[in-house]
Amino acid sequence: MTDKNKSALSSALNGGLNWVDARFPLTSNVKAHLTEYYAPRNFNFWYFFGSLALLVLVLQILTGIFLTMHYKPDADLAFGSVEYIMRDVPWGWLIRYMHSTGASMFFVVVYLHMFRGIIYGSYRNPRELIWLFGVGIFLVLMGEAFFGYLLPWGQMSYWGAQVIVNLFSAIPLIGPDVSEWLRGDYLVSDATLNRFFAFHVIALPFVLVGLVVAHLIALHEVGSNNPDGVEIKKLKDKKTGIPLDGIPFHPYYTVKDLVGVSVFLIVFSAIVFFAPEMGGYFLEANNFVPADPLKTPSHIAPVWYFTPYYSILRAVPPILNSQFPGVAAMGLSVVAFAFLPWLDRSPVKSIRYRGMLYKQWLVAFVVSFLVLGYLGTVPSNIWGQFGAWMGGADRATVVARIFTAVYFLFFILMPWYTKKDKTKPVPERVTG
Amino acid sequence: MSDNQNDNQQADSQARECSQVDLDKRNFLIATSAVGALGCAAVAVPFVKSMTPSERAKAAGAPVEVDISKIEPGAMITAEWRGQPVWIINRTDEMTAELAKYDDQLSDPASDVTSQQPEYCKNEGRSLKPNLAVIVGICTHLGCSPSEKLQRGGDMGEGWTGGFFCPCHGSKFDLAGRVFRGSPAPINLVVPPHKYLSENLLLIGVDTEEKA
Repeated sequence: MTDKNKSALSSALNGGLNWVDARFPLTSNVKAHLTEYYAPRNFNFWYFFGSLALLVLVLQILTGIFLTMHYKPDADLAFGSVEYIMRDVPWGWLIRYMHSTGASMFFVVVYLHMFRGIIYGSYRNPRELIWLFGVGIFLVLMGEAFFGYLLPWGQMSYWGAQVIVNLFSAIPLIGPDVSEWLRGDYLVSDATLNRFFAFHVIALPFVLVGLVVAHLIALHEVGSNNPDGVEIKKLKDKKTGIPLDGIPFHPYYTVKDLVGVSVFLIVFSAIVFFAPEMGGYFLEANNFVPADPLKTPSHIAPVWYFTPYYSILRAVPPILNSQFPGVAAMGLSVVAFAFLPWLDRSPVKSIRYRGMLYKQWLVAFVVSFLVLGYLGTVPSNIWGQFGAWMGGADRATVVARIFTAVYFLFFILMPWYTKKDKTKPVPERVTG
Repeated sequence: MSDNQNDNQQADSQARECSQVDLDKRNFLIATSAVGALGCAAVAVPFVKSMTPSERAKAAGAPVEVDISKIEPGAMITAEWRGQPVWIINRTDEMTAELAKYDDQLSDPASDVTSQQPEYCKNEGRSLKPNLAVIVGICTHLGCSPSEKLQRGGDMGEGWTGGFFCPCHGSKFDLAGRVFRGSPAPINLVVPPHKYLSENLLLIGVDTEEKA
């Protein structure tokens, strides 16, 4: 191509861009959110999971659209249509396994993303709203996972939905009416399946995408936190007004995130191709048996990402003939994250400058989350019973009660231990 | 006077005009908003109501007849009524004799929670006939169907006198559907309305007429 041709082409392109920019803020948006969005230069491993969550969201929506082309939301046909997708639809097995693996991987990356926010204090002023939108995303995601799990209409789908919908009937006074209204019948039935399908494929995805947009708008308004927890906007280049420790998101972090995407897709593909059921943790054996309203499987457990909260539900005993306390504790254990910005009284944000006291509590919390998560996957009599001195109580139940207490104390005592904690001085600029 | 001052004065007078509240207009706006909100609430009603059980679902609750002649002593069968499992347990004499022996371990040994059984089943065995128990097999905790553990001991440990174990959250019930203390389930299993049409025929879903 001659120079003359080149310049003709570029002026044509520029002309086209100008035409668009006069009608839609394309260039200014690309600048504001990519090429001139300045992110701290010290992002590390933990900063992969936000972009990965976005990737999984896109994957779930895409695979979901193709699954709805073959799935039948009808109690008589649902189970068969899923098997039809697995056996008869060309490549249906791949799309379905991508969707079911995507559900679990969504929670893997979101939990790691949340943990990042906790250790670096990303929920602190001025990022409280980013965090709250994030908690909203987490709640909607749990709803998506729950509604979606009923659709294959297997035994676990059915009894899982039965248990979760009945959680609402524990609410005093209005409870039974609420759960009947949710089911649309006196038991989980075709009516329930049909509406769960509507929630799963239309209602909640809309809310989810809306919250993700709000999450990003809020993030780009205040700017990203970083592993040091220092505000890079405090020190700007006097001439350009660009933060001294900031680098443009594109190309620096788009390229970095692509490395994360590559590694993630390797792991993701390995699961899809070699262990889509993940030993019963991603897809449970009992869900390959069609739903039977007359018979509960001998061991039912939710999918792994719900088990910490399920353990808390099981651990709290009924009070005054009411199971409401257990249900309330479970609800609170999820919603508790929303209060973090106001519970944390530490003068520093990042774990790098916190003292031992906070670190010990964080470890205790992570351990209780994992132990409760494990206990939720097994029957409550797994470790046998204590002797008569403990009234013959199930060992696993007692352990779950102890860790439930630790779980809540992490939140309840946070204002105290974060204030008392011996913190280290925070540097002016980001390190490493 | 410069243009700038002129502009300022204009702006000031505009602001003064704006600060004069037009009460008529404000009341009109409040009234319109209120009517609008009312309209939205009214439109929400059909949408919310559309999610309640349909007429077809309501009609599906007919009573069912069950032949009970073939249940061996010490065994049980499961019937379906309103989509729920209903257990009919033929308790042996040893089993019924056991029922009175562990009242201190039960939450509600005398069946005092009236919603859980018809008046005619508020007795030791929670049944019309001492041996035959009719119980809705849905856990009062969160609606799972407990597994049968009719025999003594076994994987339920020493001291188990037979009953039901809920696999979901570990609630334990005895052979009359009474809940053991310390279970997540707060109250006893439901005894459905039922009557015996003949020696071998049970009707679930219709009450036995009270003897006056």
